[in-house]
Amino acid sequence: MSRGAGGRRPPLPLVLAAGVVVCLLLLPLAYLVIRVASGGGRALELLWDPETLRLVFRTVLLVVGVVTATILVAVPLAWLVVRTDLPGRRIWATAAALPLVIPSYVAALCLLSLFGEKGLLQQALGVERLPDPTGYWGALAALTLSTYPYVFLLTQAALRDLDPGPEEAARSLGASRLRVLFRVSLPSVRPAISLGSLLVALYTLSDFGVVSLMRYDALTRAIYLQYRSLFDRTPAAVLALVLVGLTALALTLEARVRSRGRHYRTNPGAARRAKPVPLGRWRAPALAWCGLVVTAFLALPAFVLGYWLQRAIVNDRALELPWSEALSSLGASSLAAALAVAAAVPVAILALRYPSRRSRLLERLSFAGNALPGIVIALSLVFFAARYASPLYQTLALLVFAYVVRFFPLALSGVESALERVSPRVEEAARGLGRGPLATLATVTAPLARSGMLAGGALVFLAAMKELPATLLLRPIGFETLPTEIWKLTQVGAYSRAAVPALILIAVSAPVLYLVSADRRPQGGSVS
Amino acid sequence: MKLVTVLSTLVTALVLAGCGADDSKSDSLTVYSGREEELVQPLIDMFEETTGMTVDVRYGESAELAATIAEEGGNSPADVFFSQDPGSLGAVDDELAELPQGTLDRVAERFRDSGGKWVGTSGRTRVLAYNTDALTEDQVPDSVFDLTDPAWKGKIGIAPTNASFQAFVTAMRLSAGEERTKQWLIDLKQNDPKTYEKNTPIVEALATGEIELGLVNHYYLYLVKEEQPEAPVANHFLAKGDPGALVSVAGAGTLASAGNTEGAQRFIDFLLSDEGQRFYTDSAEEAEYPLVAGIEAKKGLPPLDTLEGPNVDLSTFGAELSSTLELLRETGYLS
Repeated sequence: MSRGAGGRRPPLPLVLAAGVVVCLLLLPLAYLVIRVASGGGRALELLWDPETLRLVFRTVLLVVGVVTATILVAVPLAWLVVRTDLPGRRIWATAAALPLVIPSYVAALCLLSLFGEKGLLQQALGVERLPDPTGYWGALAALTLSTYPYVFLLTQAALRDLDPGPEEAARSLGASRLRVLFRVSLPSVRPAISLGSLLVALYTLSDFGVVSLMRYDALTRAIYLQYRSLFDRTPAAVLALVLVGLTALALTLEARVRSRGRHYRTNPGAARRAKPVPLGRWRAPALAWCGLVVTAFLALPAFVLGYWLQRAIVNDRALELPWSEALSSLGASSLAAALAVAAAVPVAILALRYPSRRSRLLERLSFAGNALPGIVIALSLVFFAARYASPLYQTLALLVFAYVVRFFPLALSGVESALERVSPRVEEAARGLGRGPLATLATVTAPLARSGMLAGGALVFLAAMKELPATLLLRPIGFETLPTEIWKLTQVGAYSRAAVPALILIAVSAPVLYLVSADRRPQGGSVS
Repeated sequence: MKLVTVLSTLVTALVLAGCGADDSKSDSLTVYSGREEELVQPLIDMFEETTGMTVDVRYGESAELAATIAEEGGNSPADVFFSQDPGSLGAVDDELAELPQGTLDRVAERFRDSGGKWVGTSGRTRVLAYNTDALTEDQVPDSVFDLTDPAWKGKIGIAPTNASFQAFVTAMRLSAGEERTKQWLIDLKQNDPKTYEKNTPIVEALATGEIELGLVNHYYLYLVKEEQPEAPVANHFLAKGDPGALVSVAGAGTLASAGNTEGAQRFIDFLLSDEGQRFYTDSAEEAEYPLVAGIEAKKGLPPLDTLEGPNVDLSTFGAELSSTLELLRETGYLS
């Protein structure tokens, strides 16, 4: 029998709930297996094709690059805004998280329009040539822009919730600030950095918009091309399974990094924040760094969108405000967020509170479909729903379900990182004092993990707000979201008019960032 | 609790919105459209006005909608598939019903499926668009085979992942032969053509002078001019019979599994009616060719019957696509 490390057997309802969730999340994988099996022996041939290996190499290269870049950008930033006396910390924190609301295809379009040949910058500077913004570096830049907030937000939350005790102890034992940072603070937020990087890696693996606009040949681009060849869906399915393999690799690596030490609080933790580190003469460079990141990742895209908008006004194009699209986006994304968090709770509890091989496997399986591009998830749900659940087909319910399948790891990461910082001892105490498992969850665990759960939900919400490929195929007919509106307009090259829904998407998403980054703890310095 | 109130209000609103679209009575029709909403919605509005029927349209990319129809496996809610290209229609012809001869006969034989599963509804020709600041029209080659001249090195834009470019390569394979096509692709590659995702960015790149020549469909010019009226771009129509002068169509077919076969038929007949065809002359932004005899194209366009692409059968394009893709992959265009 599977027994947890604590020798406890997980309650059956919990196992069932987690099992059902994971089975539903595995539907895209099942679809791929069906498609590959119906293709017969050609599948294996394709797998060993040098072309496939080349695509794998290029994809891995991109993932490694983007993950490295996001960590380099996000971790220093998170430390600066949480743990130092940086002037305007709150403003910097908000501004640095904002690029999360910019869809990556919009980011890529902005970069191209800015740095492209005869683009805005070249005209402004009057220079002959700028470095080519397409290809590997362009894709790297656009993906870093739209994904570094994952690492930033998770690290920021972890740093903020960190018990100042160990750091103070290290300081009082004579360790320098730098030593404390590298030996105490950063290792304790390593799980958050590692989870954030995993989310970045999965996003990069599944992204199609950026690699296609930047003309970088990654697996997803090949998968889309295969779908365009229509006849035979086997090659696309084989390539998609290769992506699943890469996901497995990313998960294994991440698990290794994360398991180099678990970081529960051993006590409820002091309800206070650490004293901010004085920056001293590092203040100016720190400010410059924040300014650089915010300018590059927020101000530049905003500038390009503003330019398009202005061009639309100058050319007197009809500008309609897409309110009903905004409402649809908000509704579907909120539902997806709530459902994804609810689905993540049993999986996270099982994995963290009843650790065993099986529960770990179940948790890892839930990621299986998440490096898949939207089109694969959409077609797999088309396949199952049109055949076996036709009343659900092309309803809002199926669309919301697709969002949950695509963005489940975001919810799981929020719930898990929150649970990780709630000591199981507190729960055990509650159980020991006679609370039932559900009552413990509701009255002890949930309140302590609340901000993490909200953050997870908000991440799902923000991702769903931007989702395009699955939305196009699965939405109820006539159901327009902001991304479908942007798509519709950019499809005919009407960038100036597309700026309106893009700006509204950013405007309505931005307040939700508050849920991810809001600070609900007493201010630092007030030693209790 | 505020969040709960907001959520439940949203859900109610969405359910109400969702229900509105869901009645499968005979006066409503479901169309999967691979053609852009911006371009064809006015036409669909005309149909609704004339017939009093309600049309629910799912807009998407043609190939992805074709893949959707295939995955729906006979359970498609769609009655009509309105596609950007003959290839996507050909790819799902198992799922399409045969159209009546009277409908097919509205357009010339070269613009419809030889098996009668779909019919062309508007025409477009491939052209060589050029930057008018860099070139005069007589400097622009009359045949795509001239594009391998080293003089054009780095100055040509193509969209090899786009269906319209692939259809052109299919046309070259079928008219000039596999060997010659392969050689042309290899030689063109030596000229470092710039690749784009689709036609519009090529025309935009021509407008900025990033490139001088672009292989595109004729009507994208008008879309870009809409955004940038002063753009220095023009179309050059290639010599008769040249593969680069391929005349292709957007088309439509009815699904065999359609719930509203009568409505689907009326829709196709409307697209081919004089009124539906005059749309491309009178109101459409993008200046496609009407296909029905007697309806003239927009002013400034050479008449359709003077255009002559290579002698190829559009209804084989669906089946030929995989060989074309294989050739493009082999010659390094898809990577």
